[in-house]
Amino acid sequence: MTYIPISPNERDAMLKTVGVKSLDDLFDAVPKKHRFPKLDLPPALTEMEAAAHLADMASSNENVREHLISFLGAGAYNHYVPSVVDHMLRRGEFYTAYTPYQPEISQGTLQAIFEYQSLMTNLTGMDVSNASHYDGATATAEAVNLAYAQFRGKRKKIVISPTVHPQYREVIRTYTQAMGLETAGDDPNADLEAGPEALTSLIDESTMLVIVQYPDFFGRIHDYTKLIEDAHAKGSLVCIVANPTALLMLKTPGDMGADIVVGEAQPFGIPLWYGGPYLGFFTTKKSYVHKMAGRLVGETIDNRGQRSYVLTLTSREQHIKRERATSNICTNQGLLALAAAVYMSTLGKTGLEQVANLCYQKAHYAAGELSKIEGFGLCFMEPFFHEFVLCTPRPAGEVNQYLLDNGILGGYDLGRDYPALQNHILVAVTEMNSKDEIDTLVEVLKEM
Amino acid sequence: MATIVEPTVFELSSPGRRGVTMPASDVPETALPPKELLRSELPLPELAEVDVVRHYMKLSKFNYSVDDGFYPLGSCTMKYNPKINEDTCRLPGYLFTHPLQPIETVQGNLALMFEMQEWLKEISGFAGMTLQPAAGAHGEFTGVLMMAAYHKSRGDTKRTKMLIPDAAHGTNPASVGMLGFTVITIPSDSRGNVDLKALEAACDDTVVGMMLTNPNTLGMFDENIEKVIQLVHKCGGLMYGDGANLNALLGIVRPGDLGFDVMHFNLHKTFSVPHGGGGPGSGPVGVGPVLEDFLPAPLVGIIEEGDEEMAPLYGFVTPKQSIGRMKAFHGHFGGGLVRSYTYIAMHGPDGLKDIAQYAVLNANYLQAKLRDTYKIPFDRICMHEFVAEGRFEGSDIRALDISKRLMDYGFHPPTNYFPLIVHEALMIEPTETENKDTLDRFADALIKIAEEAKSQPDLLHNAPSTTKFGRMDEVKAARELVLCCWLPENYESMT
Repeated sequence: MTYIPISPNERDAMLKTVGVKSLDDLFDAVPKKHRFPKLDLPPALTEMEAAAHLADMASSNENVREHLISFLGAGAYNHYVPSVVDHMLRRGEFYTAYTPYQPEISQGTLQAIFEYQSLMTNLTGMDVSNASHYDGATATAEAVNLAYAQFRGKRKKIVISPTVHPQYREVIRTYTQAMGLETAGDDPNADLEAGPEALTSLIDESTMLVIVQYPDFFGRIHDYTKLIEDAHAKGSLVCIVANPTALLMLKTPGDMGADIVVGEAQPFGIPLWYGGPYLGFFTTKKSYVHKMAGRLVGETIDNRGQRSYVLTLTSREQHIKRERATSNICTNQGLLALAAAVYMSTLGKTGLEQVANLCYQKAHYAAGELSKIEGFGLCFMEPFFHEFVLCTPRPAGEVNQYLLDNGILGGYDLGRDYPALQNHILVAVTEMNSKDEIDTLVEVLKEM
Repeated sequence: MATIVEPTVFELSSPGRRGVTMPASDVPETALPPKELLRSELPLPELAEVDVVRHYMKLSKFNYSVDDGFYPLGSCTMKYNPKINEDTCRLPGYLFTHPLQPIETVQGNLALMFEMQEWLKEISGFAGMTLQPAAGAHGEFTGVLMMAAYHKSRGDTKRTKMLIPDAAHGTNPASVGMLGFTVITIPSDSRGNVDLKALEAACDDTVVGMMLTNPNTLGMFDENIEKVIQLVHKCGGLMYGDGANLNALLGIVRPGDLGFDVMHFNLHKTFSVPHGGGGPGSGPVGVGPVLEDFLPAPLVGIIEEGDEEMAPLYGFVTPKQSIGRMKAFHGHFGGGLVRSYTYIAMHGPDGLKDIAQYAVLNANYLQAKLRDTYKIPFDRICMHEFVAEGRFEGSDIRALDISKRLMDYGFHPPTNYFPLIVHEALMIEPTETENKDTLDRFADALIKIAEEAKSQPDLLHNAPSTTKFGRMDEVKAARELVLCCWLPENYESMT
């Protein structure tokens, strides 16, 4: 009865009011032969025991703050989270509130989401943002749903760059497997040195959506303006999967003409947490707002003339449209959207510019030093932000194992997804990596 | 009335103000990328840390939450969330592990996930389990994809119809719509069960399966559940269980034992993960033997058996005919699984049964206290929630008015207008974490409001009157559509 605040006397009085003799009598509708199974689970722990057990399991991991120097990114990044972020998240008024269905007593959540939407649209250069998806991969898959709905199923082709995150491409395949779509470009054996223009020839009048990543999975910065023009000339929409930290420095996808900008907002105040929960953002042009999945918060006034906020355009959603909804998404990632909003507000324009600059500077220092080591080198010539591909003299797996033996979590082994890239490691550097750490990485590799 | 509105972070911004500062760079400087690749401006707010804290503190006080009081939002309910969960999920070993780390370095995480898979299988009676889906609706989509893959793998291609009761969550038909299947709506009978005659008539060899919430959204355990499942199986369909209401079944009955083939869990509801204004959730999916090979990849498995001296080595495995990956990485590990794991570990088998018994007792107690005042259209022993009608003979008072008036009495309202098959529905779910006094006060308030509806209807029409904000103009919000704000200096260029 750990969290049940009812005494035996109260229970008996309540049973009497209900008109049954015992708690078990409440379950007569359940088939008798399956009623009250004996569950083979460990006996209950007290709070003290549970805390110790969970701490014990946690400490059998090697983490990137206490045990390992990390240069691993590939879609999840080790950034500093200002103390104030978690203090705000720990307010019970925020984390124990539910979806804001009753706006009069949910203005805190609603205004926080409205501000999150505003921060994301200003960041991406787009018109509207929803109140968030499960993660970057599912947000990208939902962009396909939007495009499919926009063309009412009359266009059936999506063009995906092979340098979109491999797991995102997998999720898109899972999501769309029953839609009868044609996919082009999504080939791990494609020419990975080709720029975005290589996709242009794949776009035709049946293409509903072109998906590219910015910076791409190899960290390269491409200006997609020309590709977007070409896609628009064929009537296709373009979705850019963007890293929000990079957007603090780089030309916005909005300025390039993108129709949809999605991505993973984990770098904004959300811990690595072994992969989740994270925060998928989704921004688009105003003309597609009715096709967009998920929750939207809009500004209005209350009957006392006060500015206030409500969930709006709810007729798009599954409660009302049921099987005609474009997506079944019901939740939002409210608490994590709050984390991102507090993160962005606390660092502010200047602090965020600093974060981007630190990532950029340290990554370029690391790239420069690593490429001086005999046998190592940068594999691509394009400008990069905070992640780059290092060519290695031996298979990436061997290099990473050697690094791990020296307390370093190496980069992502690209051979896992691209057969031609067995000796290629994707290295990520953030503001969390000191010069000393980078120098250590270089020293260890020199000795290999 | 004096306005208490809080400015947005954009309005609070003052150029040159600083919040948290980052350290200076400790590496030699590199030139920035060419100018044409850089953004021209970063139009984001500038505040000091104290501004940020006071802003969000003020916003927090505009919210009503479970920590503040009774929150009987039926169908979506969140129970009280134990505070220990907040500490365990923030242990450095969970917070600071990267999802792509080599498995040897994250055996603690993998052991927790493996055990969680085993526990959820034991609790639900299923043979296989994936922890990957990120929310209940995501779990539904996962389940429906597996059902489709199963039929396809058998060359059974003419199945395109999904049977869904009229009381179902809106996510059920939407999940089916995402695959292009047709929804066949099955009515409920007078006792709130699936209408067996209608079901029997709909069952043929074009049926993919049935998606059933049990107990359903009327709060009723289907009295013919075994017959329903038998009918669906007989025509070759699969039985999907919407596990949103599992809170009522813990230690009472296992859906797998009843014959369900697949079911999602809502960890946030059943196993106390905070929902923070709507999410994140977590939606693991359990399957019977026929769907095990189709589970999304990867699952956590034992790669090398352990012995007396060595712990087993946990790693990832891919089912033979997997539908693929449902999200990047491994699911909502830190903020979802660690909290739920903590909660289950602290309950054990007997504690879990207590949860269900008291959730059901509390709902029936409230139902009994309100029966004489509010019409309960399906009035029998309910499970963890029940639905009342929020209207009175000869009065224009609606469910919404009653809900708004409840705020003046210090309560969060129940769910309104769902399920769709009850007029002016008030769906009430107290959960097991409320005491008798709270339930008594809530029942008294609803009874008082029923009197007010007759004697002073304007009190209800104008409610809430004691809250910081009054009723919102939702039509204006949808018509004028203001979804974003900008820095004051950018307003002219943006509007």
